[in-house]
Amino acid sequence: MTQPAPVTQPAVTPPVTDTAAAVLALGDDALVLSHRLGEWAGHAPVLEEEVALANIALDLLGQARVLLGMAGDEDELAYLREERAFRNTQLVEQPNGDFAHTIARQLYFSTYHLLLHDRLARTDSELAPLAAKAVKEVAYHQDHAAQWTLRLGDGTEESHARMQRAVDALWRFTGELFAPVPGLPVDGAEIQERWTEQITDVLTRATLTVPTGPQTGAWSAGAGRQGVHTESFGRMLAEMQHLHRSHPGASW
Amino acid sequence: MATAAPHHQAAGSPADAGTGLGEAAYQAVFDATVAADERIEPRDWMPDAYRATLVRQIAQHAHSEIIGMQPEANWITRAPSLRRKAILMAKVQDEAGHGLYLYSAAETLGTGRDELLDKLHSGRQKYSSIFNYPTLTWADVGAIGWLVDGAAITNQVPLCRCSYGPYARAMVRVCKEESFHQRQGYELLLALSRGTEAQHAMAQDAVDRWWWPSLMMFGPPDDESAHSAQSMEWKIKRHSNDELRRRFVDICVPQAASLGLTLPDPELRWNEERGHHDFGPIDWTEFKEVLKGNGPCNEQRITQRRRAHDEGAWVREAAAAHAAKHSTKATTHEGRAA
Repeated sequence: MTQPAPVTQPAVTPPVTDTAAAVLALGDDALVLSHRLGEWAGHAPVLEEEVALANIALDLLGQARVLLGMAGDEDELAYLREERAFRNTQLVEQPNGDFAHTIARQLYFSTYHLLLHDRLARTDSELAPLAAKAVKEVAYHQDHAAQWTLRLGDGTEESHARMQRAVDALWRFTGELFAPVPGLPVDGAEIQERWTEQITDVLTRATLTVPTGPQTGAWSAGAGRQGVHTESFGRMLAEMQHLHRSHPGASW
Repeated sequence: MATAAPHHQAAGSPADAGTGLGEAAYQAVFDATVAADERIEPRDWMPDAYRATLVRQIAQHAHSEIIGMQPEANWITRAPSLRRKAILMAKVQDEAGHGLYLYSAAETLGTGRDELLDKLHSGRQKYSSIFNYPTLTWADVGAIGWLVDGAAITNQVPLCRCSYGPYARAMVRVCKEESFHQRQGYELLLALSRGTEAQHAMAQDAVDRWWWPSLMMFGPPDDESAHSAQSMEWKIKRHSNDELRRRFVDICVPQAASLGLTLPDPELRWNEERGHHDFGPIDWTEFKEVLKGNGPCNEQRITQRRRAHDEGAWVREAAAAHAAKHSTKATTHEGRAA
């Protein structure tokens, strides 16, 4: 798939070095998921979850700011790139849906995120110190998602059905998590093996069935790292970027 | 500020019920405790009306934190820089936390969070009228921080010395975070005021729209305030509405000047004789309409709150069902189901 030449994008597109590519991939994952979680503010099912979801969103936004800051200007990268220049996985851009969809997305992503950071922290990559710091936050995110998966899966008949629908619906976006990213010295296959074990364990304990379909289903699924996204993503960016773009050159 | 382990605690406790102390004696102990500026604690005897007033006030305060998340959350997804987005998310998260402290404080008076939320959703308990105004531009987030949180702090700092211990202690924590939010709001407006012409205009417009509603946050004038005299006698309230409003205006005038913004009141000027600013009349008709439910966002705010609650019912039921199935190992999570 060839990428059209950037028109008005000051951002690093495509990244000039492998590390920049890795930084952007991880930074965009954190930025986009943080944004989705921010949409929950004022809508959560219980007050404790207002606090928890905002807390996770803030951790991710903090990680995104550090990573994007390594690749360039955090605000230019967040607000002035167009859809095709974002390198996040398609999983994190998926709409919140109901609480079960949000939790399934969190479970899939945070389990991957924790394994990734745990491995990355033990490499000599320049991202290792960041990964070491992020592990503590991400471990909390993973625990939160796993606990809710257990509650919803092994809760009521309705919550079980909703949770099963959610893990099924998002399954096809999980394969992309393990595709190699230039500059990221982590073995995707090894992570995938551990991820599958851990997800199987949580889903089984939650009395849910592990999905069996392809992990990259449709032709485009799994191309987020190449800047090919799903339809709702453009609308998400329109909302996120409109104010910044309406006042070119302003500082806030 | 909040004193721990007040020595009067045993005097009015149920343990004394058999010692022959009558209602009048309990009342005397209560009055003496309040007069001595000591704290009433949950297990102390207290007049029914004191309990009811506190439940009403603390619940309304908690509800205000929860409804108050909406006008600001309205801008989380559109915040114009990542730094501002992080600040705003943290603030909205703090508000949920304040709601939780306050519901806990109300629960010490023998009510429950579910019951209070039910009263909010059915309109039997109120929240601050200020949150019925819309956030139309990014600058509104700054105006809310500076003016609305500023007014809230002016109201709440004296509550740190309120006669009811759990409320006073909650206020100590709340006020620390609120004053941080207020400074962030001021700083947001300052950045806009010193920014481009369009940004400056946006800041001025927001202050123009939020100024009068902020002054209304102190409640009706003293001669029309139904609960004031009794609340002051009980030391739940320490200053009158008008006194706090004056104090707030005196604080804001120089701050507006250093922001490079004006306040939308042609009658606003320093009165040397009184040592305060004179200011124009408040539109109490508007205030009453908003309180009655006819403000710009009353319907929207309560509908969103009810929807979040109703759409979350299956999640709370799931948590409760899970906790019941796994009661031995799930005890630490049961609270979420409440």
